[in-house]
Amino acid sequence: MPKIKLSDSTVQTIKEVCSSFGNRENELINVLHRVQENLGYLPAEVQEVIAQELKMSVAKVYGVVTFYSFFTMIPKGLYPVSICMGTACYVRGAEQVLNEFKRQLKVEVGQTTPDGKFSLSCLRCVGACGLAPVVMVGEKVYGRVSPQQVKQIIAEYQEGCPAHEAKTA
Amino acid sequence: MQGTTILEAAKSIGINIPTLCYMKLDDLNIENKPGGCRICVVEVKGRRNLAPACCTEATDGMEISTHSIRAINARRTVMELILSDHPSDCLVCAKSGNCDLQNMAHRLGIREIHYKGEQSTYREDTSPSIIRELNKCILCRRCEMMCNDVQTVGVLSAINRGFTSVVSPAFEMNLDHSVCTYCGQCVAVCPTGALTEVDHTGAVVRALSDPGKTVIVQTAPAVRAALGEEFDMEPGTLVTGKLVSALRRLGFDYVFDTDFGADLTIMEEGTELLNRLKRHLEGDPTVKLPILTSCCPAWVKFFEHQFPDMKEIPSTARSPQQMFGSIAKTYFAEKLGIKREDLVVVSIMPCVAKKYECGRDEFATNGNPDVDYALTTRELAALIKVSNIKFNTLPSEEFDNPLGESTGAAVIFGTTGGVIEAAVRTAYEVFTGKELPKIEFEELRGMDGLRKATIDFNGLPINIGIAHGLGNARKLLEEIRSGNSWFHAIEIMSCPGGCIGGGGQPYHHGNAEILKKRQMAIYKEDSHKKLRKSHENPYIIKLYEEFLGKPMSEKAHHLLHTVYFDRTR
Repeated sequence: MPKIKLSDSTVQTIKEVCSSFGNRENELINVLHRVQENLGYLPAEVQEVIAQELKMSVAKVYGVVTFYSFFTMIPKGLYPVSICMGTACYVRGAEQVLNEFKRQLKVEVGQTTPDGKFSLSCLRCVGACGLAPVVMVGEKVYGRVSPQQVKQIIAEYQEGCPAHEAKTA
Repeated sequence: MQGTTILEAAKSIGINIPTLCYMKLDDLNIENKPGGCRICVVEVKGRRNLAPACCTEATDGMEISTHSIRAINARRTVMELILSDHPSDCLVCAKSGNCDLQNMAHRLGIREIHYKGEQSTYREDTSPSIIRELNKCILCRRCEMMCNDVQTVGVLSAINRGFTSVVSPAFEMNLDHSVCTYCGQCVAVCPTGALTEVDHTGAVVRALSDPGKTVIVQTAPAVRAALGEEFDMEPGTLVTGKLVSALRRLGFDYVFDTDFGADLTIMEEGTELLNRLKRHLEGDPTVKLPILTSCCPAWVKFFEHQFPDMKEIPSTARSPQQMFGSIAKTYFAEKLGIKREDLVVVSIMPCVAKKYECGRDEFATNGNPDVDYALTTRELAALIKVSNIKFNTLPSEEFDNPLGESTGAAVIFGTTGGVIEAAVRTAYEVFTGKELPKIEFEELRGMDGLRKATIDFNGLPINIGIAHGLGNARKLLEEIRSGNSWFHAIEIMSCPGGCIGGGGQPYHHGNAEILKKRQMAIYKEDSHKKLRKSHENPYIIKLYEEFLGKPMSEKAHHLLHTVYFDRTR
C-alpha cells in the first residue's frame, strides 16, 4: 500500500471531526461519514488518525470501513459514474451499460481512471425507475441510457464543459 | 439467577449442549459468545425460531428441548454448512486430534456434506511465531476477543463482509508488520487449524542428527506442569523426571533447565530492584520506580509498541530463556572447549513468543543466536510421539549439571505471581540480612487478574503489584504514566494464568480448571525442592565466582541485560 503523508491541515480536519463527536468510539460510523464527506475517501493514514483520536484499534476502524460499501479507500474520480443496478434498471439492460463503461474507461467497478477523472460504481435504485436504465455522473441523472450513448456521455466530461455543473449541482 | 443463559442453566443440571464458537474461562473473566455459529440452538416452546442457547436468557417457566429432532437436525445442517466452506485436509492438519470443529463434526455424527460450492480462500501469513491459515477459519471470533478484550493489543478484527469476511490485522497487513505481541492467546483458543505456531521440530531433528553439533536443551518451568496432558495424564500431573528422560532419549547431549536461567534472572533483577530501591530511599529523584519484570517477551513487545515512553521502567534483565542461552554459548561452550557455532541451544517453552524472542537481533553474536530454536510444549509432545517414546512409563531422571540445577524460586516462574515471589525471597534476605521467617508468600498467589500486596522488609513496606493478561498490565501502566502508581515492583505476564496458560501449552479447550491444576502443580514442585531461594543455588554461586563476578557486573551487563526499542514506527 503506497504511503501518503497527510498535511497538517488534513490531520487537523480529522481531529476536529472526531472531537465534534466527543472522540467517542461508538460514534465511529458518523465520524467516518463526515471525514469521507470532507476528504472524498478514507485512506489508511486517515483511518490511523481516527483510531488514535477515538482510542480504538485501527484494525476495528478498518473492519468497519471494509464492512460498509459506502466507505471507500480509493479516491473517487472528479466525475463519479454510478450505474443503477436496481431491479427495473437491471431488466432494462443496466448490465450492458455498465460493461460499456468498463470497456470505455478501462476500469472495474470500485476503481478510478489513472488520470483521476472518472470512477465507476454501482448503486441500488435512485427512485427514477421510469427512466430505467439510469446512470448518474456526479449529481446529474441520465435516463434510458443505451450502451451506444455511453461514449457520448463520457465525451461530455472529457472536454470538461459541464464539469462545473456535475460537481456542484 | 437473573441473566443466566439457557446454556448455563442446562449445564447446571448436567445437560451438555454442544457449542462451537462459544468459550468461557471461569474466574478469568474471559467469555466469547458472539452467537455466530448456531451450533447451540435449542427448541423453546412457544417460540417460532430455534434459540441460540449461549446467548438466550433462561426465564421462569421456559420449556426447552435441547435435543429435540428439530434441534438436532438444525445443528447438523449448520455443521454441514460450516464444513462446506472448510478444507478437508484434516489428515495432515496441525490441529488434527485437537480440533474443536473436527470433534464437533464427530459428535454430531456428520458423515456426508450435502452442500457443495465455492470455498473461501486466503493467502497464508507466516510470522516469527504464528501462522495464519485463514482457509481454516470458521469466524468464531475467539481470537478477536482475546486480542482486543483480554489483551487490548487490538491487532485482529473481522474485516470485509459476507463470504469475503476474514479476521485480519488492519489493511490486511501481515502479522509481522503489526503491533502483534506474539502472546499466542489467539492460537490457544482457536478451535481449528487457522492459527498455529511456526513448527521448528524439523530444524531441531536436523540439528540432533548432525554429528558436528553438540545439542543442548533447556525446559521452562511451566512445561513440566502441562506436558503430561498430551499423554492423557490428569491435568496438574508433574512430569519433570519423565520430561528429562524423554529429552535424553530424543538425543540431546545435555538436558538442562531454564530454571537455572530463572535463578540467574532473580540474581540480576533482584539486585536491580534493590539498587533502585536504595537510590529511592536515599532521595535520588532520577530513579525509576516501580520496576517491572521483563521475563515475558510478549509483554516486552507490548510496551515497546504501546508504551515506548516508559521503556526505561522495566528491568533490563533478559528473560530466563535468553540468560540461559547467553551463558550456554559462552561459559558452557568454553567449558566444553567448543565454538559457539557448534553448540545448538534448544528451548522447550509454554510460549509462542519465545520463538520471536530468540530471533531478536540483540540476542545474537556475529549472527549466531544465543538460543537457536524454541519449541512449544505441544511441539515437544509431537516429537516424543513421532519418536515412539513411551512417555507414560519412562523412569524419572535428573537434569545434567551445571545448568540443570535450580531452586523452588525458579520453578514458580511458571505461574502468575511466581516471578515476584521469587524476587522477594532473595531481595528480602539480601536487603535485611535476615533469613525469611516463612518462604511462601500466599498474598502474592492466586488467579485474580490484578493483585496487590505489601511485604514488610524489616520495617520497610514494599508494595507489589501483579498483572496477568495484557489488558490488566495496561491498567497498571496507565497508572504509572499518570504518576499515580503506588507500587515499588510489578510483575507482568502476558498470558492469563502466566506461563502455565501460555500460547504454546496443550490446548485447554476453554477449561479454566486445567490452568488452576497446573498452577497447583508448580507450587507443589517448589514445596518439594531442597533449595527454594535463587541465591542459594550452588551452581549460580559458582557461576558468579568463576565467570561473572557479581550481579550487575560489567560482564553480567553485557551477557544478561538488554535494551528496549521504540516500535511505534
